[in-house]
Amino acid sequence: MSNFLQVLIDGILSGLLYALVAAGLSMMWGVMDVINFAHGEFLMVAMYLCYWIGAILGIDPLFSWIASGIFLFFMGALTYKIIIKNSLGKAAMAPLLATFGLSMLLKNFCMNRFTPNFRLLSGTIMEGKTFEVAGAIISLPQLVTAIFSLVVLLGVYWLIKKTRVGWAIQATAMDKEAAELMGIDTENIYLLVFGIGGACVGVAGGLMTTYLAVHPEVGGLFSLIAFVVVALGGFGSIPGALFAALLIGLVESFAGFYVAAVVKYVAVFAIYLVVILIRPKGLFGW
Amino acid sequence: MSAMLEVKNIHCAYDAVAVIHGISLEVNEGELVAIIGANGAGKSTTMRTIAGLMHPTSGTISFMGEDISRTSASKAIRKGLSYVPEGRRLFAKLTVRENLELGAFTTKDRKEIDERLEEMYDLFPILKDRRDQTAETMSGGEQQMCAIARGLMSRPKLLLLDELSLGLQPSLVEKVFETVVEINKRGVTILLVEQMVQEALEIASRGYVIQTGTIVHSGTARELLCSEEVRKAYMGM
Repeated sequence: MSNFLQVLIDGILSGLLYALVAAGLSMMWGVMDVINFAHGEFLMVAMYLCYWIGAILGIDPLFSWIASGIFLFFMGALTYKIIIKNSLGKAAMAPLLATFGLSMLLKNFCMNRFTPNFRLLSGTIMEGKTFEVAGAIISLPQLVTAIFSLVVLLGVYWLIKKTRVGWAIQATAMDKEAAELMGIDTENIYLLVFGIGGACVGVAGGLMTTYLAVHPEVGGLFSLIAFVVVALGGFGSIPGALFAALLIGLVESFAGFYVAAVVKYVAVFAIYLVVILIRPKGLFGW
Repeated sequence: MSAMLEVKNIHCAYDAVAVIHGISLEVNEGELVAIIGANGAGKSTTMRTIAGLMHPTSGTISFMGEDISRTSASKAIRKGLSYVPEGRRLFAKLTVRENLELGAFTTKDRKEIDERLEEMYDLFPILKDRRDQTAETMSGGEQQMCAIARGLMSRPKLLLLDELSLGLQPSLVEKVFETVVEINKRGVTILLVEQMVQEALEIASRGYVIQTGTIVHSGTARELLCSEEVRKAYMGM
């Protein structure tokens, strides 16, 4: 029984983190039909940022995730302004290839500057702290990351559903021209959406630094999972991303424990294929 | 005094295909003017160009004495020009109230927005009952009411109405047109585009007839209604 509980909790905790990583991607995709191939590398940048803030300034990632969130907000907005905007309306693949180029640039820049070594902050406040619930061991940094992820995700959801700016974002996603007729500057909305998407992944990356090592390839797996979550949950749907991310987290955790550790991602992608075949617009698609 | 809206010899094209070949028209403050014509004559293109969704390749559009030929739609609404597009184009997954709120996006004053909402609920009582429903769950007539109300939420000086009758049953068309007259009486200048020629001319003070991208007739609504040519071409009489 305690094994089951352990696997369940692990799955939920990873799922909540995946949800925040995926939410950023989902928004960009849902509002602008743009696939940000550099999303995983945004995560990597956030992790390096918090790693170096911790290593050089001694500020714990428990706090510096705010800085990485803000930094990635601007990085996302800048990516829109410099790269996406100039590639929109050209060949259909242009934004995709442009962000792929950005991902290569970021990854190789970090490889070149910081070496491919894995770097884990030591001496952080929550380092190695665990506690036990009914026989299951819970890692404190992982729990805190999951809770903060959920809170930020709910905050973004509230922003989109309950504020005028959020309605403007939704309106732009549904009908760009009609949104302009309302006086909404859709260019600013795109900028904001890329900023918020960046901030989501920035917060996630910063929090992850409390217990995960950063290296130039760290974004790969997370972005792949984020793509699966977004496609599964439905483009642009935050509840969809949350639900799909929890599903993926649980599948990964249960398959990894009860079948074999090597098949956990096989199970994740198998679920993805099944859902895409049966319901191509995702579980909660617009 | 010059007209509120002055369109002078505009030419418009989609990519390289010219669809408007020199249209000029005027709308004076307080008027209700109709542009009529068959499907594909260029009525909606004219409206889209005035609203700023596209720009003329040549010619000028001035509104309240200011050149708006190159003004984007999101800026034009700030000058007091609101466009209710063809096909309603409501935000389907947003509620009626959210749609209306977005109509007043250019206003930040909460009290002012609430006042306007009340005014719209007063003008269209059905929208009050439907306010928490998503736009897509309403009937065509209700959606059209909602689209007009959304267009009014910015308190425009000039309201552009594009094919209000599209997809509505005749009894509803009459009701919608009555509302248009009521809005005009409340002081909003209106330029509307219609395929239902007779109905449109009955409520308008003046009209323009567009055919293949140019204006072929213009005059008071009564003149056009009595014109042999107009009756033959558009009313099948």
